[in-house]
Amino acid sequence: MAELSGTAAPAARPRRRQWPAEINVLIGLVVIALIFEVLGWLQPMWRSDIAAQSFLWNSQRLSIIIGQVAITGIIAVGVTQVIITGGIDLSSGSVVGATAMIAMSFAQVAMVNGNPNPKAIFGPELMDLPAIVPALVAVACGAIAGMINGALIAYTQIPPFIATLGMMVTARGVANWYSHGNPISFPTQAYTVFGSGLHPVLIFVALAVLFHLALRFTLYGTRTYAIGSNPEAARISSIKVERHLMLVYSIAGALAGVAALVLTSKNLTAQAGMGVMYELDAIAMAVIGGVSLSGGRGSILGTVLGALIFGVITSGFTFLGIDAYYQQIIKGAIIVVAVIADVARQKRRARQA
Amino acid sequence: MSDIILETRGLTKRYGGVHALEDANFTLRAGEHIAVVGDNGAGKSTFVRQITGVEQRTAGKVWFDGNEVDFAGPIEAREHGIETVFQNLALADDLDVPSNLFLGRELIRFNLGPFSILDRKAMRERTQDALTRTAVKIPNLSNTIRHMSGGQRQCVAIARAASFASKLIIMDEPTAALGVQETAQVENIIRGLKDRGIPLILISHNLRQVFDLVDRIVVFRRGRIVASLRRDETDGNDVVAYITGVKGAEAGSYA
Repeated sequence: MAELSGTAAPAARPRRRQWPAEINVLIGLVVIALIFEVLGWLQPMWRSDIAAQSFLWNSQRLSIIIGQVAITGIIAVGVTQVIITGGIDLSSGSVVGATAMIAMSFAQVAMVNGNPNPKAIFGPELMDLPAIVPALVAVACGAIAGMINGALIAYTQIPPFIATLGMMVTARGVANWYSHGNPISFPTQAYTVFGSGLHPVLIFVALAVLFHLALRFTLYGTRTYAIGSNPEAARISSIKVERHLMLVYSIAGALAGVAALVLTSKNLTAQAGMGVMYELDAIAMAVIGGVSLSGGRGSILGTVLGALIFGVITSGFTFLGIDAYYQQIIKGAIIVVAVIADVARQKRRARQA
Repeated sequence: MSDIILETRGLTKRYGGVHALEDANFTLRAGEHIAVVGDNGAGKSTFVRQITGVEQRTAGKVWFDGNEVDFAGPIEAREHGIETVFQNLALADDLDVPSNLFLGRELIRFNLGPFSILDRKAMRERTQDALTRTAVKIPNLSNTIRHMSGGQRQCVAIARAASFASKLIIMDEPTAALGVQETAQVENIIRGLKDRGIPLILISHNLRQVFDLVDRIVVFRRGRIVASLRRDETDGNDVVAYITGVKGAEAGSYA
C-alpha cells in the first residue's frame, strides 16, 4: 500500500491557510473610521461653525459608539447563531417588546414618593422583588418565545421566515395586550443596574465572547455549522437536528430577553413599542460582519465587527452633522454593498479552487 | 455460517406496483469485496437502501454479522458497523476535514452536554492517521472542504467511512464524478481496505474498475439478481451479457 500511495495521488496544490472573513470586515471598519477621521479634520472647509477635530481620539465618542450598538448587538449574537444554521429570526424586536413589558412588571416598586405606584401591574406581594426575579423572567420569556420558534421550524418544517414572522406579530400583540398599551414604569433601584453606565457594553461583550467560544470550541458550535452547511449530512451523521434547532432558537430568544432587560433597565420604563426594527438591525450587523444568509458561514466576532461598523457610521454621521434621513439611506446601501462584496469574494475563491 | 458478514434471503421492495427489487438472495463473506453491477434502474441502489435501512423492505430477511437485523434507519445501520459512502457525499462544506471525519461522533475533552468542549487536537491527529492509512493527501486539514476538488472531497468521505467502519463499507458509485487521477486515488484506497480485510460492496458502472478491484461480481437486472460471478471465472463480455439480458434471462435468483 505504501508504494501505491505515491503513484496516483493528485498533485497537492500548496495552499495557504484560508484568509478569515473577519479580516475583511476589520479592514472595512478601519477604512470607514479613517474616512470619518479625515473628514473630521477637513470639516471647517464646508462648515464654518465647527473646528477641525479628531473623530477617534475622543473617549466619550468611542463609548457612545459601543454603547448605542450594545443592545442590538446582544440580539445580533443570537441572530448570528440562527443564521449560521441556515435560518432567520424576524421576531427578536417584538420579543424584546413583549419581554420588556413582562419583565418590567416584576421589577416595580410599591411606593413612588410616598404614593402607591401609579403604573402598578400586580399587587404589593409582587413588588419590590430582588432584581434577579425580573432578570430571570426576562431570560425565560425570551427563551420560551425562541423555543416556540424552534419547535415550529424543526417539527412542522415551515420556513424560519414564516415561523418567526408569526412570532413577530404575535409577540408584539402580547406586548400591547399585557398592559393594554400603557407603559410600565418605576423599577426598583436594584433593577436599574443592568442598564446603567457601561454595563450594557460589558454584558454585550461578555455574551459575545461566551458564544464566540461556544461556536468555536464546543459540540454546540460544530453542530450549528454542520446543520447550516448540509442538514442532510448532519442528519445522516446522527446529529439530532430538530433538538439542536430548538436549542439555537431558544438561545436567540433568551438573548432577545437579555436585550429587553438591559433596555428597560436603562430607560427606567417599558413600552409596548420597544424594539421595533431591532431584528433588522441585528440581521444587518450579522450580514455586514460576513455571516452568510445561506448558512454555515460566519462568526460572532464578525458580527461584533459588523455592529461596530454600524455604530461608527451612526456616530460618524452625527459627528459630521449629516441629517438622520440620509443616515438610513446610506446604512441601507452599506448593507447591500457588504453582501455584494461577500458574494464576489466567494466566487473568486471558488474559481481559485 | 461463521464467516458470513451479510446475508439476505428473499429481499423484496415494491413501490406501489413497481417491483424495484424481487427476491434477492445475497451473501458477503469476511474480507470479501463484491461489485454490484447492472443497468440503470436494475435495482442496485434499491438493494443498498434496504440493507442500510434508508428504506423499509417489503419482504425478506437480512442477517448481519450473525444476527438477523431490521434497521430503522441509516443511523442504526451505522451503529452496527455499516458505513455508507453516499453518492451525494454527506459532508458539511463549511467544516474542516477533522470536523467532517468526526461529524456526529466528535471527541470530547470536557463533557458539558451540548456545550461539551471538543478535543480538536486529538481529532486532528486521528484524522492525520486515518488519511495516512488510506493514502489520502489533503494539503491543509484546517481548510473547509467547500473549495476542495471533487476527488479530495470523495477521499474525505471514503476516509471517514474507512476509519469508522468496523464491519462493512458500501460505496455507491464513488468515482462517477471524478477525473482519471482522482479515480486512481480512490481505487488505491479501496485496495487498501482489501489489505486491511474490511469487506466492501461497490456499486459501479465501470467494468474495468470492477475487474481490477473485487473478488465477485453480482449482476442485477430488472430488480433481480441474475448472476453472481467469481472475477477469475468470468470476463467483461460475460458480465455484459448478463447485464443486458442476453444470458440468464430465464434464471432464478443466485448467490
